[in-house]
Amino acid sequence: MHRIRRWVADHWVLAIGLMVLLYLFLPIAVVAGLSFNRPSSRLSYDFNEFTTENWTNLCGPADLCAAVGRSAWIGLLATVAATMLGTLMAFALARHRFRGRAATNLLIFLPMATPELVMGTSLLALFTSAGLQLGFVTILIAHIMFCVSFVVVTVKARLAGMDARLEEAAMDLYATPAQTFRRVTLPLVLPGIVAAALLAFSLSFDDFIITNFNSGNTVTFPMYVWGANQRGIPPQVNVVGTAMFAVALLLVLATNVRGRRRGARVA
Amino acid sequence: MTNPSEAGDLRLSHVTKRFGPFTAVDDLSLTVPQGSFFALLGASGCGKTTTLRMVAGLEEPTTGEVRLGDRDITRLRPYQRPVNTVFQSYALFPHLDVFENVAFGLRRRKIREVRSQVERMLALVQLDGFTKRRPAELSGGQQQRVALARALINHPQVLLLDEPLGALDLKLRRQMQIELKRIQTEVGITFVHVTHDQEEAMTMADTVAVMSAGKIEQLGRPAEIYEYPATAFVANFLGQSNLLAGEAAGQSGGDVLVSAYDQRFAVPAPRARADRGEVFLGVRPEKLGLVAGEADVPAGHQSVRGVITDSSYVGVSTQYLVRTGWGTELAVFAPNSGAAAPLAVGSEVTAHWSPEHAFVLHREPGEGDRTTPVLDTPDAVGVVS
Ligand SMILES: Nc1ncnc2c1ncn2[C@@H]1O[C@H](COP(=O)(O)OP(=O)(O)OP(=O)(O)O)[C@@H](O)[C@H]1O
Ligand SMILES: [Mg+2]
Repeated sequence: MHRIRRWVADHWVLAIGLMVLLYLFLPIAVVAGLSFNRPSSRLSYDFNEFTTENWTNLCGPADLCAAVGRSAWIGLLATVAATMLGTLMAFALARHRFRGRAATNLLIFLPMATPELVMGTSLLALFTSAGLQLGFVTILIAHIMFCVSFVVVTVKARLAGMDARLEEAAMDLYATPAQTFRRVTLPLVLPGIVAAALLAFSLSFDDFIITNFNSGNTVTFPMYVWGANQRGIPPQVNVVGTAMFAVALLLVLATNVRGRRRGARVA
Repeated sequence: MTNPSEAGDLRLSHVTKRFGPFTAVDDLSLTVPQGSFFALLGASGCGKTTTLRMVAGLEEPTTGEVRLGDRDITRLRPYQRPVNTVFQSYALFPHLDVFENVAFGLRRRKIREVRSQVERMLALVQLDGFTKRRPAELSGGQQQRVALARALINHPQVLLLDEPLGALDLKLRRQMQIELKRIQTEVGITFVHVTHDQEEAMTMADTVAVMSAGKIEQLGRPAEIYEYPATAFVANFLGQSNLLAGEAAGQSGGDVLVSAYDQRFAVPAPRARADRGEVFLGVRPEKLGLVAGEADVPAGHQSVRGVITDSSYVGVSTQYLVRTGWGTELAVFAPNSGAAAPLAVGSEVTAHWSPEHAFVLHREPGEGDRTTPVLDTPDAVGVVS
């Protein structure tokens, strides 16, 4: 009895940690498992039979691949636009003094703080009153809009952590302003920009609420899943989820390995 | 001063820099001869960095002019000037390795044979073999040498060093001082070196300028400034001085007559900055001798009597405090040469000095005696041999 208490006392932090990890990864494990499952009926989620058919026949369910492609396109375009706009804005806010700078710094948080429902409805009102046809373009505009704030905040944090004297040193060493940006500023801020772009893409790819208000007849991947839910979700959705997770995992591992290799080269 | 030609002299004339209402550099004029080692010394916030930044082009003077030889460089951008800086904080590029940091200036100017030049420069600062490291993987002293190499490799006309040794421990600091001086002599580039450390300034520089509140208080050879300071600020910023408040009553027979505390002192006129009105009579602590009674004072010396209130042994010397009849405590540094027995606290002594070692400075009306407390670092004195 005493020894058990002792063992628990020694290992409870580890145990709680493992439980939290389990809590975090169990849903993902279930999704990955289901992606290799042949359900017994349309509306059941039981583990019935192992199969790779969901992976090989990804585009089997009508409209699934089209929806994934559409979401990927929107995500890509929104990411590029939001990252460019947001990065420029972050530079302006971090490096230049101008009138309204403090106000801008504050307002940039507003889209992040606004409930998505409110944002979705107000965008809908805006688009319809402007006479815009709801669809791909309105979704894109909406996505760029809510992604910009996240990009600005992420890049600005990176810029704030960068010593401005490095740019002075570059100029002192014969670098023109353009060369200074290209050789010193950009490489140092790039990790922040990449992080911001990844964040923007994942925000755009799985946005449902705002998109739902402004999509018209256009169906994105989250909306497809939502619609399919009424009739029973095809197992291929789990394949998409698992693939997304795998890509994210690979990206994290890649950055980790790069950092490790940099460290190892010195030793 | 190694080169008599004025072709590459750095010249600041009537340079003023204001930040809003605050004047950081105030009507500053100075000339740094080509190839010389110039040290800029002064308390924190007196405008040293700002002065360097105006020479580098990182700050534009509010008024005034910066010239390099006969070229006006006041409004040139930093990358257009043949001037390089070793920054106070090094400012090494964290994303580049040592090699690329040092090569940065060459690459920007599209110079060929980068590799051999960088390798030669890294050998000069004894960092060969470190080429692949990032700045974060270097010690403070190594980073400092990379910063130096990165600037020097460009063979600028003027190299600006902003307290480059500030972060180093004493031993490495001494080592780097010798190194810097050697490199400067070798490459013959004009060095403008900012430092807090007066000993560093005096041992390394051909010319020292002492700054205070945006102005130059005094400029000259280290020994000149130390032996004959121009102001009370310099007298106590560079080393330490005993300054007694007195009145000067004009010259007589080549001497300035100063009366202080009912005693009269004659100081040679060439050692007096003022010969009338309120003055300080100054003597450096190491120029004072201590004897038991007035009878022992050497002929021709001046003296005051007092009581020893404190004595601290610092190895090369013993530092005494001697309280005079009017309450001021004079600092006296007696060399531990073994010639005299140490004096006990409480003994009555007479402090004496040769008139040639005294100096007379201007004093603001109402200002009292000024002596700084005895420092406990032996380095603080005796640097000028
Ligand atoms: N960009 C600026 N804006 C406002 N004030 C400034 C600016 N740069 C410097 N100052 C002020 O100018 C004065 C001189 O600054 P400077 O950096 O030249 O001092 P310093 O002599 O180099 O001091 P330290 O020995 O501490 O480095 C300081 O009082 C400082 O506060
Ligand atoms: Mg400074």
